[in-house]
Amino acid sequence: MQPNHVAIPASGRARPTDVYFFGTCLLDLFLPEAGMDAITLLENLDLCVHFPQAQSCCGQPAYTSGHPNEARVVARAQLALFPNDWPIVVPSGSCGGMMKHHWPRLFAGEPEQALAEALAARVVELSDFLLNVLDFHPQDRGLPTRVAVHTSCGARREMNVHVTSWALVDRLANVERVVHDHESECCGFGGTFSVKHPDIAGAMVADKAASLQHSGALEFVTADAGCLLNINGKLAKDGERVFAGKHLATFLLERTGDKA
Amino acid sequence: MSEQQTITLYPSRQFKDNARAALQDGELRTSLRTAMDYLMAKRLSAFPDGDELATLRTLGETIRQRCLAKLPELLEKLEAQLTVNGVQVHWAETTEQANEIIHDLIARRGGTLAVKGKSMVSEETELNHYLEARGVTAVESDMGEYIVQLAGEKPTHIIMPAIHKTKAHIAQLFHDKLPDTPYTEDVDSLIRIGRNALRDLYLKADVGLSGVNFAVAETGTLCLVENEGNGRMCTTVPDMHIAITGIEKVVEKLTDVVPLYSLLTRSAIGQPITTYFNMISSPRKTGEKDGPREVHLVLLDNGRSQAYADEQLRKTLQCIRCGACMNHCPVYTRIGGHAYGTTYPGPIGEIISPHMLGLENTKDLPTASSLCGACGEVCPVKIPIPEMLMRLREEEQRPAGEVVAHPLRGQGAAHTGKEALAWRTWRGLFGQPGAYKLFGWAATRLRGLTPPGQLGWTQNHVPLKPAAKTLHQLVRERDAARR
Ligand code: SF4
Repeated sequence: MQPNHVAIPASGRARPTDVYFFGTCLLDLFLPEAGMDAITLLENLDLCVHFPQAQSCCGQPAYTSGHPNEARVVARAQLALFPNDWPIVVPSGSCGGMMKHHWPRLFAGEPEQALAEALAARVVELSDFLLNVLDFHPQDRGLPTRVAVHTSCGARREMNVHVTSWALVDRLANVERVVHDHESECCGFGGTFSVKHPDIAGAMVADKAASLQHSGALEFVTADAGCLLNINGKLAKDGERVFAGKHLATFLLERTGDKA
Repeated sequence: MSEQQTITLYPSRQFKDNARAALQDGELRTSLRTAMDYLMAKRLSAFPDGDELATLRTLGETIRQRCLAKLPELLEKLEAQLTVNGVQVHWAETTEQANEIIHDLIARRGGTLAVKGKSMVSEETELNHYLEARGVTAVESDMGEYIVQLAGEKPTHIIMPAIHKTKAHIAQLFHDKLPDTPYTEDVDSLIRIGRNALRDLYLKADVGLSGVNFAVAETGTLCLVENEGNGRMCTTVPDMHIAITGIEKVVEKLTDVVPLYSLLTRSAIGQPITTYFNMISSPRKTGEKDGPREVHLVLLDNGRSQAYADEQLRKTLQCIRCGACMNHCPVYTRIGGHAYGTTYPGPIGEIISPHMLGLENTKDLPTASSLCGACGEVCPVKIPIPEMLMRLREEEQRPAGEVVAHPLRGQGAAHTGKEALAWRTWRGLFGQPGAYKLFGWAATRLRGLTPPGQLGWTQNHVPLKPAAKTLHQLVRERDAARR
């Protein structure tokens, strides 16, 4: 197994005064509240958060579906949006992985190569940023509860930040983090995979949802919009009305009592 | 075997149907999950030191890449050295040619019975079938392979061919197929029954067939890794030994074998070393009391040179066939090996089969992955399997007519005008801020019109419904309120 070390962005880990926020298309269209919660969290930590209004998507859906040319056009439209040397905080491990690891490949040999590489080095996943750059110690004002944490494969294997979500949850005084069966296993989202192979993806998400439900947790958190939509969409389809997941940012904001 | 094996060529055309059927087989699901959990735990326990594992994987990768970089030279050297040692080397570009060569060798001796050690390459060529049709019976001697052959099936795993079978299946199979065999689920008895059935065959067989794990160019040595001793019997008792392997299995030096062997057995089943490690360097020499009088090696291409020609896809050939990628694959764990319809299932199957069978026959395989990366994480020679999958997706989406430096067989097999148009539309909407803003506005306003059926998504999920306001809007509103 991989050692559980945390990747250090090339920009260094000094605490900045300003950050860019890249909301990702899934959050933007389907879970905007979670995006706002992340921004609020960062602002409450005295950061000036910049949200470039011209942003859309990192290009991942087309890139992983065998359409790199389409992905490049969409990714290229993001490249000019982060002119200052601030960290680019991304509230999603898989989108972060796309920008950090695949943008340099996508633009290899293109005029934008150097720019893409420079941006990639500044990309940092939200939970990693909260824990390792800001050393965020959330004041837990919530009632005692138990949660399970699902880590996206992008966060786990591309960004190496699966330990950061755990660590943040563990800093909450009244929250017990429970482990679920086959915790490291994929939830079966995989972008177009869940559309092209619904039988297999369906079996994967059914297993993931069941193991979260049976973990003894009252809810689950994840720092990835794709996984969240996948697992919650499955739970809802099965008529589950109580047990559901939320984005880590929302959960943290709720626990600190700062959620409006 | 007298039983007619039921093998469909290229059933991967029906991959999705196969997968659906497998998913509904509760017994299969349970035995796969149990077996894969066991194998994952075993592997983990074989690598207690993460740093050692990291170092060893890098070493494995480096060795395989060096050997592949020199492949043509090493193959020549291997042939020369084997020839000096008295081993005859044969080259086959296609599976048909490989089968012909092997059949000719057996026919020349008037042979009718061959006993086989485990060889995935011979599965690739469907050698047993070919020989059977020409009056030569080939009997598998690896216990797993034997079971699978007796059942008229193909292996579902490259290391554990019968991993999908329960004790009860095997008990029933032996009871049905072997004369005077009582039904028993006792594992030791089952193994004894199988072994006894095979024992005689070694003495009667005209030819022994085997695979090769590493072919060492420097010394002209064929290395064979096994646990049951059947490989040693096959390669030493009959008068003729024919080994078959893929051209990528060559390594430069004997010292290259050491780390690769360690990686292989520990990654495969968490074993520090196998019970048998055979090094075959020559036929029986004058004065020696045993060993085959003739040794042959058949080197098969079967699409490997297509992967080789492309710098990125060449990494596919680093594979040492340990099976760890399938043990850790959430897709394989749910559907098993048969569903893939190819010799090699799981992640390695998804990336190697298109070269062997063409993308036109395997087009559903590169997409049958969530790209979770578990395979790449455990691969002992660090093949970036997700990257290979994405590249194959690109090639099967690339219009057939498009000219590229290294075209793959079946380029464009998954290309449809509809999907291409969908991605062009997506590009148009997400690639221009103005268009995306309008799209976000429209999607939120029209959210009431969200279609209840959304392709494969709504099979497992409630429909995706846009929020009332996008994050863009929420941020704009808040900024306005602050001013
Ligand atoms: S691809 Fe890697 S993990 Fe899979 S069988 Fe080959 S060597 Fe083993």
